[in-house]
Amino acid sequence: MGEEMKVIVFKLGEEEYGIEVDKVQTIERMMPITRVPKTYSFVKGVINLRGVVIPVIDLRGRFDLPESEYTEQTRIIIVAVNEMEVGFIVDSANDVMDLNSDVIDSPPDVVGGIKAKYLHGVARISDERLLVMLNLSEVLNRSEIIQLESLEG
Amino acid sequence: MDMNQYLSMFIDESNDHLQSLNENMLELEKAPDDIGIVQVIFRSAHTLKGMAATMGFEDLSSLTHQMENVLDLVRNEKLKMQDHIFDTLFKSLDALQMMVQDITQGGDGKADVQSIVASLQAIVRGEAPGGTDSSASGQAAQGAAAVHSGIQLDEFQYSVLEQSISEGHKVLYIEVAIREDCQLKAARAYLVFDLLERYGEIVKSHPSVQEIEQEKFDRSFSLYYITQKDASELQSMIVNLSEIESAQVLQLDHETLNQLASGAQEAAAGAAEAPTAEAAAAADSKPAAAPQASSKPAASEAKASPRAGGGAAPSRTIRVDIERLDVLMNLLSELLIDRSRLEQLAHEIKRSDLTETVEHMSRVGSDLQNIVLKLRMVPIDTVFSRFPRMVRDVAKSLDKKIDLVILGAETELDRTVIDEIGDPLVHLLRNAVDHGVEPTAQRIAAGKPETGTVQLRAFHSGNHVFIEIEDDGGGIDREKILNKALKNGIVTQSEAAAMTDEEVYMLLFAAGFSTADVISDISGRGVGLDVVRSKIESLSGEVSVTSTLGKGTKFSVQLPLTLSIISAMLIKVGSEKYAIPLSSIVETAIIQRKQIRSVHGYTMVPYREAHIPLMSLASLFEVRDFDEEAEEETEIVVIRKGDRLAALTVEDFIGQSEIVIKNLGKYLPPVQGVAGATILGDGQVALIIDPNAFIK
Repeated sequence: MGEEMKVIVFKLGEEEYGIEVDKVQTIERMMPITRVPKTYSFVKGVINLRGVVIPVIDLRGRFDLPESEYTEQTRIIIVAVNEMEVGFIVDSANDVMDLNSDVIDSPPDVVGGIKAKYLHGVARISDERLLVMLNLSEVLNRSEIIQLESLEG
Repeated sequence: MDMNQYLSMFIDESNDHLQSLNENMLELEKAPDDIGIVQVIFRSAHTLKGMAATMGFEDLSSLTHQMENVLDLVRNEKLKMQDHIFDTLFKSLDALQMMVQDITQGGDGKADVQSIVASLQAIVRGEAPGGTDSSASGQAAQGAAAVHSGIQLDEFQYSVLEQSISEGHKVLYIEVAIREDCQLKAARAYLVFDLLERYGEIVKSHPSVQEIEQEKFDRSFSLYYITQKDASELQSMIVNLSEIESAQVLQLDHETLNQLASGAQEAAAGAAEAPTAEAAAAADSKPAAAPQASSKPAASEAKASPRAGGGAAPSRTIRVDIERLDVLMNLLSELLIDRSRLEQLAHEIKRSDLTETVEHMSRVGSDLQNIVLKLRMVPIDTVFSRFPRMVRDVAKSLDKKIDLVILGAETELDRTVIDEIGDPLVHLLRNAVDHGVEPTAQRIAAGKPETGTVQLRAFHSGNHVFIEIEDDGGGIDREKILNKALKNGIVTQSEAAAMTDEEVYMLLFAAGFSTADVISDISGRGVGLDVVRSKIESLSGEVSVTSTLGKGTKFSVQLPLTLSIISAMLIKVGSEKYAIPLSSIVETAIIQRKQIRSVHGYTMVPYREAHIPLMSLASLFEVRDFDEEAEEETEIVVIRKGDRLAALTVEDFIGQSEIVIKNLGKYLPPVQGVAGATILGDGQVALIIDPNAFIK
């Protein structure tokens, strides 16, 4: 019998993703972002979250998905992993879901264009609904980005 | 009782005492005959022992106890301070420090101190006059010592004694020994006290009444007593109590005191003489009351110095966890941000009462900011105080004689800087001792005083604190450095010829550079000075060297007063706002674009009879919505790094402001040219420009 957990559900395009709720600090509406020059293209800049300066990354850009215009639905999910606070820009975030870890299967190689190593697994909610669980420490792994950058550049 | 709540207090105070022990030991090493210092040391050691015993750290308290024994002999002039005693005591201090450190890290403070204890005991045994042959005499000597200290600590008791003599009372020194087979020593002692209190007043006893009640004494105790009874009568009364082995009662009068004060130094020659010796010491220690006592001015001096030391301590302070101060600082920064916001709003709304209130709030805010910043300021003494010991040890291991002169230890610096600056200074000092000051023989040959001097100075100047380390050693040999640099391929021959002395000296800070002929374990391995420089630069500081061959070398470290709030110029480029620290701005100006020249592919602008490089902030930071080429005139900010200047073009100046420095978060790698971020009055984040990055 697996563990019960709560996940925050957000969307990138049509795909639904999940992050464990205890890693999420807050979910914010879009706010002014100060650009930081000469850094990764998916780093959109920094925001002032109640007196704390937090870097914000576009999750689409991070996963090499085409970036889209920000809308009324766009949200910034502030997560804290390994003592790092980072904001994720996502298309929308509007659900909290109870999940049993038993329903999470190990991910296939690529889901919706995202490499498996960024994923924790795929949770089958119902026959038509899949939830992709993110592996946050891998998403925020800096050494890996630096490699990635040097390959691109 | 749960001791945990006292643990942090214990650690703090132990560290304070260890520090003062260290300092005073060093003082004493310079003036081994100054009994006043020994008193201070003794008291520190005693307090430490007491605290350690209360907290149940037995090894700690037993080691301090042994140190106390040695010090006790010294302060009673039964033992002269000698080199090996100093070394042993220093070793004991180190051991104590390790134990306290262990406790700090959650350990139980246990350590194997057998060998140190043994050598301390050897000192006590080997040097103590009178030895341990007769317990009575030993006891008497100890009693005398204790009363001595008791009276020294309390002038009042002494004057009571003296006054009593004047008024015709009998002042007696009584020593009572209880029989060895006695089962209830405390009870017997109590009977003696009870008896005595019926006929007079006990002024002082050794051991103290509490200790006697807790049976913390060997077999005998001694006391001062004021009564009308005859000495002999009392003696027989005491001896008549059961299980009392002996009682010696000695009557003291003015004459005895004065007589003893002027001479009689044959202390502790025997039990009978013990009281006289102690009385002599007592008279000595009372500077004003005994007229002839001035025959020993040293004694009154010895008296005065511990007073002075003790008097400075009780400034009314509280200890605050540094984290709470950081929280306070963060809260204040948020307040400052809101303040700027309010100022902006008040400016837009233009209602006089609102404006007034906001202005008042601004003033209160500024005062608050000043105070919070001051709270975070710590005298650099906290860093400097460990250096005398270190320099002593290093000098000793190198067989050099070095005086460390510390000036400006009261200079205050931000706590964050204090925490970081220790290691670089250690490097620089070790360097000065090892490479700076020449070996003794060489100094004598050069006609210099045998003892080298290393000066450590700290002082404020403007918004900066300067720390200088100057030695009177051989100075830096330009050629030697250049040769080494050429060999290591750091510079080329032609570069070398063109370098100024200062530039040559700066080569010392290059990685992997060492000019020491002999590599010692103190310095000379080429790691160090480059680390020193990077550390100081990470604190937004600078380090420079000046040197005169044959005369000495001076390392100068310049540090900002605080790292958390700075004055900055806010500027605009396109839709983006940036802050430039005022400390690196020389001036702002407007130039015509046609003044810009291109030299060797660099853009230059004329500035005060010279041309300085011109850089465009918009292109450095890839700002998209600003095209300065379209302008006729352009605003520039002239920035400075050391004595090199450069100009940055910006679109507009917004104004000057106090800003709170925040970091960009751990996730982002360092961005060249960006020192951090701050939050502006409108709640937006502005990046702080690091102009140093633009001047190469």
